[in-house]
Amino acid sequence: MAKHQIRVKVQGTERAAEVESRLLLVHFLREVLGLTGTHIGCDTTHCGACTVLLDGQPVKSCTVLAVQADGREVTTVEGLEQDGKLHPIQEGFWQEHGLQCGYCTPGMLMTGYALLQANPDPSEAEIRQAISGNLCRCTGYVNIVKAVRYAAGKLRPNPA
Amino acid sequence: MAPRTSAEVSGMGHSMKRKEDPRFIRGQGRYVDDIKLPGMVHLDIVRSPYAHARIKAIHTEKALAVPGVLAVITGKTLEQFNLHWMPTLMSDTQMVLPTEKVMYQAQEVAAVIATDRYTAADGVEAVEVEYEPLPVVVDPFKALEPGAPVLRTDKKDKKDNHIFHWEVGDRAATDAAFAAADVTVKEQIYLPRIHVASIETCGCVADFDRAMGHLTVYMTTQAPHAIRTVIALVAGHVGLSEERIRVVSPDIGGGFGGKVPVYPGYVIAIAASVVLGKPVKWVEDRTENLQADSFARDYHITAELAAKKDGTMTALRIKTLADHGYADAAANPSKFPAGLFSICTGSYDLKHAFTEVDAAYTNKPPGGIAYRCSFRVTEAVHAIERITDVLAQKLAMDPAELRLKNFIKPEQFPYKSALGWEYDSGNYPAALKLAIDTIGYAELRQEQAEKRQKGELMGIGISSFTEIVGAGPSKQFDILGIKMFDSAEIRIHPTGKAIARFGTKSQGQGHETTYAQIVAEELGIPAAHVQVEEGDTDTAPYGLGTYASRSTPTSGAACAVAARKIREKAKKIAAYLLEASEEDLEWEPGKFYVKGAPQKAKTIQEIAFAAYTNHPPGMEAGLEAVDYYDPPNLTFPFGSYICVVDIDRGTGAVKIRRFLAVDDCGNIINPMIVDGQIHGGLTMGMAPALLEEISYDESGNISGGSFMDYLLPTAMETPSWETAKTVTPSPHHPFGAKGVGESATVGAPPAIANAVVDALSHLGVRHIDIPITPEKVWTILKEKGVAE
Repeated sequence: MAKHQIRVKVQGTERAAEVESRLLLVHFLREVLGLTGTHIGCDTTHCGACTVLLDGQPVKSCTVLAVQADGREVTTVEGLEQDGKLHPIQEGFWQEHGLQCGYCTPGMLMTGYALLQANPDPSEAEIRQAISGNLCRCTGYVNIVKAVRYAAGKLRPNPA
Repeated sequence: MAPRTSAEVSGMGHSMKRKEDPRFIRGQGRYVDDIKLPGMVHLDIVRSPYAHARIKAIHTEKALAVPGVLAVITGKTLEQFNLHWMPTLMSDTQMVLPTEKVMYQAQEVAAVIATDRYTAADGVEAVEVEYEPLPVVVDPFKALEPGAPVLRTDKKDKKDNHIFHWEVGDRAATDAAFAAADVTVKEQIYLPRIHVASIETCGCVADFDRAMGHLTVYMTTQAPHAIRTVIALVAGHVGLSEERIRVVSPDIGGGFGGKVPVYPGYVIAIAASVVLGKPVKWVEDRTENLQADSFARDYHITAELAAKKDGTMTALRIKTLADHGYADAAANPSKFPAGLFSICTGSYDLKHAFTEVDAAYTNKPPGGIAYRCSFRVTEAVHAIERITDVLAQKLAMDPAELRLKNFIKPEQFPYKSALGWEYDSGNYPAALKLAIDTIGYAELRQEQAEKRQKGELMGIGISSFTEIVGAGPSKQFDILGIKMFDSAEIRIHPTGKAIARFGTKSQGQGHETTYAQIVAEELGIPAAHVQVEEGDTDTAPYGLGTYASRSTPTSGAACAVAARKIREKAKKIAAYLLEASEEDLEWEPGKFYVKGAPQKAKTIQEIAFAAYTNHPPGMEAGLEAVDYYDPPNLTFPFGSYICVVDIDRGTGAVKIRRFLAVDDCGNIINPMIVDGQIHGGLTMGMAPALLEEISYDESGNISGGSFMDYLLPTAMETPSWETAKTVTPSPHHPFGAKGVGESATVGAPPAIANAVVDALSHLGVRHIDIPITPEKVWTILKEKGVAE
């Protein structure tokens, strides 16, 4: 199996490794870098538990090869908290009971984060559309929608 | 009811934010697949493409030649240790790995151990198996016909595919009531196979320490203590003695019953670790999870209801054929082969009832009950709630009116049902009336009538369910002989903080928060200061685990009782410190004070300190207690759900416009968490009602075996659920609570099915089996000439 030297910027820090051609990005993150916050929930790209940001765009890291991330930037759930302060999307999930077993949560957080980057004030329908590629078996989505709305409210500049 | 404690203490009734969440929202949860041990190797499984075939040969040479492949394990390997078969929880047997033949598509055939998961998968590809296909039996009715191929040829005296016959009730009296009835209705109701599909699949890391002869298994299990005992019983003969087995259930990514059974993968991983002396990780992928792990339902029900002209129900008769797959591996309490299906008289005062279940072997994976439900309650509720609507339709009565007429009345509790249960408490009319008023039922009926005039299809469905959860009293309930009590152990530290450990295991239900709130309620120690631990058999007290909505009824009760034992001792210490007699002391959450002199008080924190620094002469030091709680009865949560659907005449698609769930689970520990449980349960109730199904073709090929065609609800199909509560405490539970985790999964499917049938009832439609797909509805619309 051919090996490739790759350099990936993960949460802003460059990480280098030699990987097999077939290594999936999710396994690179979990097993090579030890970032186990990104989860695996299926084998058909449906569940979204493995969602990370690749150059700022949410991708399902089970369907990206590690070599495709060479020279690019990846942000995982471990990169959301800054200087010991939770990101508002994390606060929102905690505040609104947007998680139960926690397994889909990292993917939901990354999808929600990316949505708010693109659309700071999403409607319920827009949130539901955005997270429709992330399956949750516990919450029934109601509180996830609320959690994203909560984060949107926190991220909006206060009216003067 | 207003909470008795302050927000700082956060006892019962506070919507305290969850204590477990900070690690999950940071990606710091620790699930089985996150565990990496030094020297760990990986296991992957070869699976059968055939549903029934003799294994002629397994060629492992090419696999063993793959660099990095360490071993290939087959049934013959395990046979040397007599580990190729294992008992099921229903005293049947199932294969770990086959030595003779495979019995369903995707059954485990061999296992490959390799240095990493990619190489293990390479090894699986390189194993060559020669099969001789055998006749396949997929239809349970055909399985029971004379001359059907006998599947369990491993059982020497087995001459057919019949597993058991079970019946309850008075057949003759029920038949007589039917003969005397003014009106009877009868319906065939099929609940197809479905799968829990928790987002985390199953897996384990088995770590056998050769030097110490000690086995640690990190495992996706809802019942770690029972699993430890099962391992000791199954593998004691090869030296795995219970004191040298530790089962750890770390963070679990959803369970819903699918993580109760022992799957072959776990056993093979343990055997491999013992043989290789290395930690072995096995994590199944989603396709394996859906195709081989425990399913739910597959109940073919014939339900009949008898009534007087005025709508008074007089008798219920249900006959069922259960398809169990090739083994009876349903995780029921041992004395209940059909689980708690005899709750099928539901919320109604039925004087006569009889029900019988026969079960058959087929060439499908084993299982039967794992889908967020207390042992076949979903099937029972679907049958009674659907047949009730069929009766309403025949009598041209409003389904709400028919229910109100037949409900068990509040003053009849405790109520002895015709099939033998003693319902603890209930107020069914209150729940349905609240639902009717909240959703505006009369206005919806008006709107429906107007829409019908215009040819639009709108339906309103009701389900007034009664659950039976919290198994269970030791006189009736055991699993392989182990009584279904559960436990709590609480220790108060000198600084007034506490650790509490339980025999249950959360899989997302929020035990770390709710159990801490129970301690806070009982002792006044802030829930923030109570550390909750579960899932490690080396530290937690023995218990049967979390499933069937049993945690609050059993371990939650044990928690309150243990806390009260601590309070008794605390009172003695307080009396000593205050130089008062115990009789003169009063308790309010967090402190004892002298009657009439409230300034003379000792807080629980002061008492805890004294328990270690200044305890009364003659008393043992320390402040702790254990309780193994044997519930005196089950708890009977209930509710009334109303669903409003609109049907697209062009596509047959059903859209849930509104869904209101009125639930009554007795006294509530954490309202936020209860609502979360209801939201999730409703979504898992909608799933089989509209989307999910696993089926097999005549050759036993699965459909619904991956997320390509097994459709979990996304945020797009899922409506914004509405919830409300009534509160009828359980009279026998220490703080009046009932289980709640599964009520909505049980109550929702008939509400949705009833709504769809209601939308089409004027066209003569009486029943539609779930899942109610657009194709099924469109076919009906086409037949009735109303498709657009």
